[in-house]
Amino acid sequence: MIISNYNDLVSTANKYKESLDKQTKKVLICAGTGCLAGGSLAIYEKIKSLIKKRGLLVEIDLTKEDEGIGVKKSGCHGFCEAGPLIRIEPYNYLYLHVKLEDCEEIVSKTLIEGKPIERLMYFNNEKLYKTQEEIPFYKRQTRLILHNCGHIDAENIQEYISRGGYKATAIALNTMKSKEICTIITDSGLRGRGGGGYFTGKKWSQVLSQDNPVKYVVCNGDEGDPGAFMDRSIMEGDPHKVIEGMIISGYATGANNGYIYVRAEYPMAVNRLKIAINQALELGLLGNNILDSGFNFNIHIIQGAGAFVCGEGSALTASIEGERGMPRVKPPRTVEKGLFECPTVLNNVETFANVPIIILNGSDEYKKYGTSNNSGTKVFALTGNVVNTGLIEVPMGTTLREVIFDIGGGIPNNKKFKAVQIGGPSGGCLTFDKNHLDLPLSFDSLKSVGAMIGSGGMVVMDEDTCMVEVARFFMSFTQRESCGKCIPCREGTKRMLEILEKITSGNGSLEDLQLLKEIADTVKNTALCGLGKTAANPVLSTLEYFYDEYLAHVKDKICPAKICKGLSTITIDPNMCKGCSKCAKSCPVEAISGTIKNPYVIDKNKCIKCGACIEVCPFKAIKEV
Amino acid sequence: MFNEVFKEKVNEIITRHNSDKKKLISIIQDVQKEYHYLPEEVLIYIADTLDISHAKIYGIATFYENFSLNQKGKNIIKVCDGTACHVRKSIPILNAIYKELGLNDEKNTTDDMIFTVETVSCLGACGLAPVITVNDYVYPKMTPEAVIELLNNIKKEEFR
Repeated sequence: MIISNYNDLVSTANKYKESLDKQTKKVLICAGTGCLAGGSLAIYEKIKSLIKKRGLLVEIDLTKEDEGIGVKKSGCHGFCEAGPLIRIEPYNYLYLHVKLEDCEEIVSKTLIEGKPIERLMYFNNEKLYKTQEEIPFYKRQTRLILHNCGHIDAENIQEYISRGGYKATAIALNTMKSKEICTIITDSGLRGRGGGGYFTGKKWSQVLSQDNPVKYVVCNGDEGDPGAFMDRSIMEGDPHKVIEGMIISGYATGANNGYIYVRAEYPMAVNRLKIAINQALELGLLGNNILDSGFNFNIHIIQGAGAFVCGEGSALTASIEGERGMPRVKPPRTVEKGLFECPTVLNNVETFANVPIIILNGSDEYKKYGTSNNSGTKVFALTGNVVNTGLIEVPMGTTLREVIFDIGGGIPNNKKFKAVQIGGPSGGCLTFDKNHLDLPLSFDSLKSVGAMIGSGGMVVMDEDTCMVEVARFFMSFTQRESCGKCIPCREGTKRMLEILEKITSGNGSLEDLQLLKEIADTVKNTALCGLGKTAANPVLSTLEYFYDEYLAHVKDKICPAKICKGLSTITIDPNMCKGCSKCAKSCPVEAISGTIKNPYVIDKNKCIKCGACIEVCPFKAIKEV
Repeated sequence: MFNEVFKEKVNEIITRHNSDKKKLISIIQDVQKEYHYLPEEVLIYIADTLDISHAKIYGIATFYENFSLNQKGKNIIKVCDGTACHVRKSIPILNAIYKELGLNDEKNTTDDMIFTVETVSCLGACGLAPVITVNDYVYPKMTPEAVIELLNNIKKEEFR
């Protein structure tokens, strides 16, 4: 079947909707990577078979009037901490931490009788939250990009179309000119969600104005930032939205081929995108003469091979061309000479996902979200020492306090908040004391305090985190991932890492802090590409906001958070030790000795301070001081 | 080990990618899927067939983290040390695995070729930190004790 124009799409959507409406009850089982790890696939199979066993329909026949229950694997629901998650419509119940044993009750009580199972629901401060929408984690979010994530079967184009999918493509291709689309995107104020925050409409207009008859659209799905998984969840949970954004981008700039560059670490995203592309091809929404508009567009998937630097534009295109992913000097910029030396639109997954929303609702409506120079919403991956980890979406301008304490539920285990690291290795650490928490989140505001939105990773750290060690951690990452082409990055990150290692091992001096700052400034100002230019950010921001901690390491020779091994000793409290020998067994260097039922002792000279014994001690008798 | 059967397989992969030099990374990826690593003679064969220099294919194969020039064990354990996992204590888990299998930073494959242990920068399952994967199957919210149990279960399966 081929959908040939806007009217055809609308009638097809109605037909799909009618058939889907026959599913009077729907079970949406999260099949995002997180919940899959919790066993959601087995839960899906079990619920499906239980329903079948009761003679209720699971698959609906379009031609018949019969009603049934829809059992679906959806994309990520976002509330990863509480997975596996199941949403049941029309009640909008959200069941958390579902186990295989719960399936029978879910079918008999909720699906047959329509009653909630309270023990599986969200419970906080003695209050029961029955529907998903009531839960504070969801209630305070604005889910535009994630609107479909967790609400549709990501592998079924019928569901996407029935919810208004491909309408934006039809409007763009059937009623608008290229320039008009570029103007709308410019007016919307959409800025690249990959981190840089360059104005998307401006980029598209620049590609449109190039003379070269061959142009490309590239979607950057190389989400290598540690602590970020929003692009993956969009690709897995709503792949058609990304495809739509790319088609519209191709039409707006005159490109007939698109490439999606996905990390090889994301096999399910690759799989779902492939399924989505084939479905779109079958319906004539991709390929030749899309929606009878005369416009041709094809999408190819390229799997990355594990290089963080390939998230940088020119390195990414080099990688697609079969080369080492090394950035080149710019100009010429990607909009002039990108993939295969042709003008190229290169945007990230989330940026493309914004496009259909803007086309459908218009730029004025879009601008109602966010702040004046930072419109729309932003998806963040909220992780680390926070109660509700997961994927969240908030309007630009929301404060960190709202994100961490209202949506994220604060810090677990009665610990104190210490810092939040935003923007991955390119970002910086922000803290409480400097009023950073009341900063409205946007590209501009974060830049002004030395951090950046980056791809949107947000790692919360509690009082037990050592900020010097965090800086060392990021530096070891960027040092490893530096492509080695330019000296500032190759040598600078290496030297910074050495100094940070020296400090965390207890051998740092005041001069080292000075040198560290100097190298960091040099790398920031002279590196070739974005990776190098931002590599020093974690160092610079921790030096600025946590200088006391650095001083404690180099002057007083203590690690206030008791993390840095070189600055502590591990001891066994003889009064608390029951002599179980677990510590001795876990010690990798045989530094612990003793006799059963008597207090054990640690040989301080042998101890490598790995902390393995602390982890295993059932009596909490071992401490780091 | 680069016999006729494997040569045929490699030829098939190269043909599938239209002997296109620009598809070099995809070709090596497909070859690695077959062998689980990149034997030197296979890399040389691909370079000669596609008419590119040995230096170039070596450059590509060593630049990207996912390519391995060393043979790997049957069970590949990836310990995530991304930021979220790191702050939720992933290193004690890695140390527990190293200790249990007698491995370290330099030697990451067991002599019986049953296990290879790698650290990765992020698996993208940050909400469930700390995570590890065994042959791409994700195990969430790991602890040093749980990982030992997991290893023992795998060993039991292997030596049954």
